[in-house]
Amino acid sequence: MTVIFKKTKGLTDKPLTYCPGCTHGIIHRLVAEVLEELNVLDRSILIASVGCSVMSYDFFNCDSIQAAHGRAPAVATGVKRVRPDSIVFTYQGDGDLASIGTGEIVQAAHRGENITVIFVNNAIYGMTGGQMAPTTLPGQITTTSPYGRDVKTQGEPIKVSELMATIPGTYYVERVMTADPVSVRKAKTAIKKAFQNQVDGKGFSMVEVLSSCNIGWGLNPVDSLKYIKEDMASYFPLGVYKDKGKI
Amino acid sequence: MGKVLMKGNEAIAQAAISAGCEGFFGYPITPQNEVPEYMSKYLAKSGGVFVQAESEIAAINMVYGAAAAGARVMTSSSSPGIALKQEGISYCAGAQLPIVIVSVSRGGPGLGSILPSQGDYNQATRGGGNGDYRVIVLAPNGVQEATDMVRHAFRLADTYRIPVMVMADGIIGQMMEPVEIDTTPIPKAANLWAATGKGNRDHLNVVNSMHLDSVELEDHNILLNNKYLEIVKNEVEYEKFLSDDADVLIVAYGTPSRIVKSAIKTLREEGIKAGLFRPKTLVPYPYDALHEASKNVKFVLCAELSMGQMLVDVKLAVNGIVPVHFYGRTGGIIFEPSEIVNAVKSHLGGK
Repeated sequence: MTVIFKKTKGLTDKPLTYCPGCTHGIIHRLVAEVLEELNVLDRSILIASVGCSVMSYDFFNCDSIQAAHGRAPAVATGVKRVRPDSIVFTYQGDGDLASIGTGEIVQAAHRGENITVIFVNNAIYGMTGGQMAPTTLPGQITTTSPYGRDVKTQGEPIKVSELMATIPGTYYVERVMTADPVSVRKAKTAIKKAFQNQVDGKGFSMVEVLSSCNIGWGLNPVDSLKYIKEDMASYFPLGVYKDKGKI
Repeated sequence: MGKVLMKGNEAIAQAAISAGCEGFFGYPITPQNEVPEYMSKYLAKSGGVFVQAESEIAAINMVYGAAAAGARVMTSSSSPGIALKQEGISYCAGAQLPIVIVSVSRGGPGLGSILPSQGDYNQATRGGGNGDYRVIVLAPNGVQEATDMVRHAFRLADTYRIPVMVMADGIIGQMMEPVEIDTTPIPKAANLWAATGKGNRDHLNVVNSMHLDSVELEDHNILLNNKYLEIVKNEVEYEKFLSDDADVLIVAYGTPSRIVKSAIKTLREEGIKAGLFRPKTLVPYPYDALHEASKNVKFVLCAELSMGQMLVDVKLAVNGIVPVHFYGRTGGIIFEPSEIVNAVKSHLGGK
């Protein structure tokens, strides 16, 4: 019998704690496969953040450091500066990166830290029970925008990739999604590039992944994937926002 | 090396370099600016890393990351900046990271002033971070002791895997004194727990302060507390000056303790047997030694550049066996020896 697919060595055997239907698991697998394929698992250090992925240190088969809410890019900076040969990456959600941690992510990029950031945008605070996030779509109902996000008082959703692309220090920024097999494959290509850049010493790379929260959104998993594709991707257009390697 | 004349902040930075500091992460705030300035100039030359962070919050989190990755690192700041670092200090304590924090304290609350103060005693000894944790706090009385204590702080941090704060008041930071900085290498702990990348290890290292299981977290808190009890047993330090035959015991720490010494000499010349008790470790506090030293005095006078913060610990130590009085100045005003002399006399006169 020929083995045509097996679990990546980049993940541990611990069962994921994510809700059924959530695409965190897919994104974990993509990152883990990339670390394995680039042969950097043994020198990788994950900076776990606060949110649904708070226990990601249990799932990735590499050394990890758990950071305070929003501070992962600062923690990553400390690690990378004293261990420049390590492959250092943060795995952050939208509440962590785009709200409480805006200062840290912008400044780490501004310094051009040679790290990789995986930014999982599911437009909601999933872990704390579905509150409004900085990336919650206009009119979207959450537990703290029960009448739908009112952009007049709650602001327009923040477009992180567009923002990060304006920072001179960023090397590579791309937005992808995990809505169907094709987009998942494209997401992996982007993630691989973001890690390859670090291996090559190119500088700050970030991949924003549009992800689902079927529980927080009140949708079934199938409709959630449709929501990513139709609603999220139309407000947050996919694509490469910055690639210094192509200038 | 021999004695050289150095500004306190620069001497503190050089002492850290001599202790083998591998990384410094800081943010400008008066009156500690010469620490990061000196580090930016000299740390890289000795193989270390200097990063000017975007905020005190980022700086302490860089320290958290670098220490978690096994490096010997420090940060420095002053009062409002230390307030911002408290979140990160709690995480460092929870994750048992050996780090050094230098606090060159100034006047408060709020923006307060940039003049020296001891209004951050509670901030240093009680902390503002969440949870059941302790930080070792050392309080030098001058530039020489500040350099010795910075080196000692790295030793303690390694020994106990705990954050150690050196609380230097703004006077120490800004004044110049002759100093001889010890250059003896300080062996670094193996840090086998650090997240360095798995390499050939047969297990993963995870640096973490989260324990969702209640039994696990209680066990962790007991472990932290047992470590603190060990520190209490081994690391209490204090100085006694003319206290053995004293009728009046004055308790002071940091630079003001030197002003108190002048006052004690004057009082002695006038026939009043006064003595000094100076805690060198604010955490662990020398409760037992102070209790012992206060047994045969008429009263204890606690003298601070605050409205009375260490006073609580002095009262805990004395535990009611003699009266405890207080004399303090704040706002950046430093008491004169004569003020202490008068305070002692007024309490004696009242008897």
